[in-house]
Amino acid sequence: MAGSWVLPTMLALPLAASVLLLVAGRGADRWARGIGVAVTGVDLALGVRLALGFDAGNAGELHARFTAPWVPQLDITLSLGVDGLSLPLVVLTALLSFLCAIYTVNHLPDPGRPRAFVGLLLFLQVGMLGTFLAQNLLLFFVFFEFVLIPMWFLIAVWGSGDRRRPAANVFILYTLTGSVLMLIGFLVLWWQAGTSDFSALAAGGGASMSSSTQLLVVLLVGGGLAVKVPMWPLHTWLPDAHTAAPTVASVLLAGVLLKMGTYGLVRIMLPSVPQGTHDVAPYLAALAVVGVVYGALASFGQRDLKRLIAFSSVGHMGFVLLGIATLVPIGVNGAMFGNVAHGLITGLLFFVVGGLRLRFGTTSLTELPRALYARTPRLAFLLAFAAMASLGLPGLAGFWGEFLSLVGAYLPASSELTLFRILLVVAALGTVFAAAYFLRVLRRVGQGDRPAPRVADLAGYEAASWLPLAALVLLFGLAPALLLDLTAPVVNHLLAAAVGAGR
Amino acid sequence: MNVIQSVDLSVMAPVVIVAVAALLALLVDLFLAQGPRWPGLIALLGLLTAAVWLPAARQAGSTLCIPHAWCAYDVNRITVVLQGLVIAGSVLVVLMSLVVVDDLGLPGGEYYFLLLSSVAGAVALPATRDLVSLIVVLEVVTLPTIALVALRRDRRAAPAALQMFLFSIVSLAVSLYGLALVYGSSGRVDLGSLWAFTHEPAHHSVTLGVGIVLILAVALFKVAAVPFNAWAPDTYAGAPIPVAGYLSVVSKLAGFAALILITVTFSGWWPLWSGVLAVVAALTMLVGNLGALRQHSAVRLLAWSSIAQAGYVLVPLAALVGGPAGSAGMLSAMVAYLAVYLAMNLGAFAVVALVSREAPSARLDDFTGLAWQHPVEGVCLAFFLACLAGLPPGLAGLFVKVRVLAEPASSGAWWLAVVMGVATVIGLAYYLAWAARLFRRADGVHVSIRRGGAWGTVAAAGLAMVAAVVFSVAPSLALGLLPG
Repeated sequence: MAGSWVLPTMLALPLAASVLLLVAGRGADRWARGIGVAVTGVDLALGVRLALGFDAGNAGELHARFTAPWVPQLDITLSLGVDGLSLPLVVLTALLSFLCAIYTVNHLPDPGRPRAFVGLLLFLQVGMLGTFLAQNLLLFFVFFEFVLIPMWFLIAVWGSGDRRRPAANVFILYTLTGSVLMLIGFLVLWWQAGTSDFSALAAGGGASMSSSTQLLVVLLVGGGLAVKVPMWPLHTWLPDAHTAAPTVASVLLAGVLLKMGTYGLVRIMLPSVPQGTHDVAPYLAALAVVGVVYGALASFGQRDLKRLIAFSSVGHMGFVLLGIATLVPIGVNGAMFGNVAHGLITGLLFFVVGGLRLRFGTTSLTELPRALYARTPRLAFLLAFAAMASLGLPGLAGFWGEFLSLVGAYLPASSELTLFRILLVVAALGTVFAAAYFLRVLRRVGQGDRPAPRVADLAGYEAASWLPLAALVLLFGLAPALLLDLTAPVVNHLLAAAVGAGR
Repeated sequence: MNVIQSVDLSVMAPVVIVAVAALLALLVDLFLAQGPRWPGLIALLGLLTAAVWLPAARQAGSTLCIPHAWCAYDVNRITVVLQGLVIAGSVLVVLMSLVVVDDLGLPGGEYYFLLLSSVAGAVALPATRDLVSLIVVLEVVTLPTIALVALRRDRRAAPAALQMFLFSIVSLAVSLYGLALVYGSSGRVDLGSLWAFTHEPAHHSVTLGVGIVLILAVALFKVAAVPFNAWAPDTYAGAPIPVAGYLSVVSKLAGFAALILITVTFSGWWPLWSGVLAVVAALTMLVGNLGALRQHSAVRLLAWSSIAQAGYVLVPLAALVGGPAGSAGMLSAMVAYLAVYLAMNLGAFAVVALVSREAPSARLDDFTGLAWQHPVEGVCLAFFLACLAGLPPGLAGLFVKVRVLAEPASSGAWWLAVVMGVATVIGLAYYLAWAARLFRRADGVHVSIRRGGAWGTVAAAGLAMVAAVVFSVAPSLALGLLPG
């Protein structure tokens, strides 16, 4: 065992608390939410401390490394670390978990059971953080799978509507099938490359693998991760899951779980099998842009606000995938930026929509009463703010990810220059559609002059859990370099290794 | 020359102790029947004593020797590990049996006598060192279990036992024919000299080859591999649940021990049997998982699943089809899988046994909402199923699956690895469907578990759970049972 104790603590603390809460008696119900806030708070503090003490000049190096032997027969170690690529996602995860815990203090969806709810939330946090911290293939896989079970329970038990159980089942079956493909891909990669350590895989750059093996790995690993992202046409589990999920599950699903897929693509697939990634990049880009357009058009047709945001996520993640597919630093950095931005913005959107549901009992666009600006000005402002950020208004965080992805698509690493430029134009049109459907929502819900009964505006606990997200959306919109300076060294390093070995 | 075999009882102590306990259980029931549970407790005591003797026996070496030739009974590391697993599995089965014998009104003396007779065979099997003893001992394992299946004497038990009996004698006949061919072409039956014989390529003949393949039959019947799989679901469903658990774990351990002995003996001609086993393993995994998909009864589902799981255990042996690379770790992978399989499968059977006290047919519907009404049992069963499926949090199952999968991957038998991958994905469907059912909220349906008197079953489930959790947290305990 060696290294810093910060990262293992970040995982062990919620894990221990979660196990205690799940096995504790009913007496623990009173304390559960407080424990949730405390544990996620400590984790966030550790994450922030990590970020403040982060040596940004050396963002490409692994910080706070921890290694301990685990399964020597399979050469698996408990190997954790954080670099510029994972740090933003780690802090994002810790932040969203903390905000969800705060939100839960005042609002617990039916059927209650605070102990189980908070326990599962903490369990989920372990899986999410672990995915971003893991430094070898099998550990990544274990944490990646860890999130499925708590998410299934959160949707199936605390969800809303009659369709919640089928939605949870579809979610778990889809992602499991993807995961098994991914695991097989990992095993092929592991045995062909002779290592499962991320930095060794990146250093090897797939040199020991034939191009057909690389292609096989890309299809298996990329296919598995693409389900999680989700990439069109593998997205069909997402809208149902989002519609049925309780607010905090939606927030974490969109804010963190989807990112696990794109993070895996950049962390594992891109540097380990550069040749294979290079070969599929044009196809990936094409599917990504289909996702952008499809997400926008489908959002236009939705009557349910949660479904609409879910489809808009498909579009936004399409931009992230497009950025990755360019395989140039600016595009991949844009993708990683878009990842974090989408997490913040969509987290905020789902929070606000959850607030609407609480007040009006529905998220249907046709049933929601109008004139939100007049009735609950603060809530309406946050909805408008999040929608503007989501449609990519310059000055807010949503802009940079999409803009940089498009810039990357202008001069991609692939030789299919014409294809990428056509895709660029089509994707840019997609942003126009996105503007259209969100403006339609705002007009439908926000405006109007019908008299209506009084409804409570933004409550204290809501403000506490939502405003930090809004502030960060604004901050990263105005100072994108804060994030880009972190991801750039890692992305350059991974791409350089890829270019060196792949050509 | 002294041709009388010397018998060193200290080497054979575990076998002898189990056999003596079997007799005692029968006698106590006949003459001193004070409490109905005495035979069971004696069986438990006998098994634990045998377990204590295991490490001592390991030092002792071999017995039943023909001077200057070979010994019929020999103990080495893998022998002791397999014997330990057999005894551990049998302890769980006896614990589960305590209440079932009462509930079903089975004759206690006979039940434990038959069970321990079979266990004695299973303990002896890994130590046998000639083909005749091997096949005879394998029948010692099988025959009492046929009687055990029939012991319930109801409409389901008789056909269940008959079906098992028919498959058993067919496979036995095939193997005896194989034995005759091998003996005819080589003139020897002891494993050591057969090993040397088949390492001479000049000795390879059609007769010998056919003989070797045919000998595999009896072992493949024991592990319920294709084409000897069809008896398992009906037999398990007709048997008392602990007996079904015994057939799916301990009896299979004996079958795999036999398979290991046979394949190691004929390792000089591995392309022959590895090709056969590769086809068998692939079909077993697919047939087992596909069969399990359509089941509505818990025991039948576990029966099909245990066919599939046996297919996974066959994979390391079958992986040789891709080349001899990495064959050193082959046995280590199998034993690791068997150790984890023992815990997760008997654990699942123990919970099913608890539920079936109130719902004798143990349909999957009877498990709906179990986790809400009986959280401990429900969560344990869900964990066992996650292990069987090989998904986190069932890390024990995941790691042994990866370990097994490493064999075909490193030998280059990619198609086998792909088949195993596909089979595992199919398996997810029914394990998870069952696990999800445990957490379904069903209004009006009440799953009741009567724990009264069932402390043995509860203890079996608890021990299996502890083992499964320990193997999940520290998989190296299972993976390191044999050096890779």
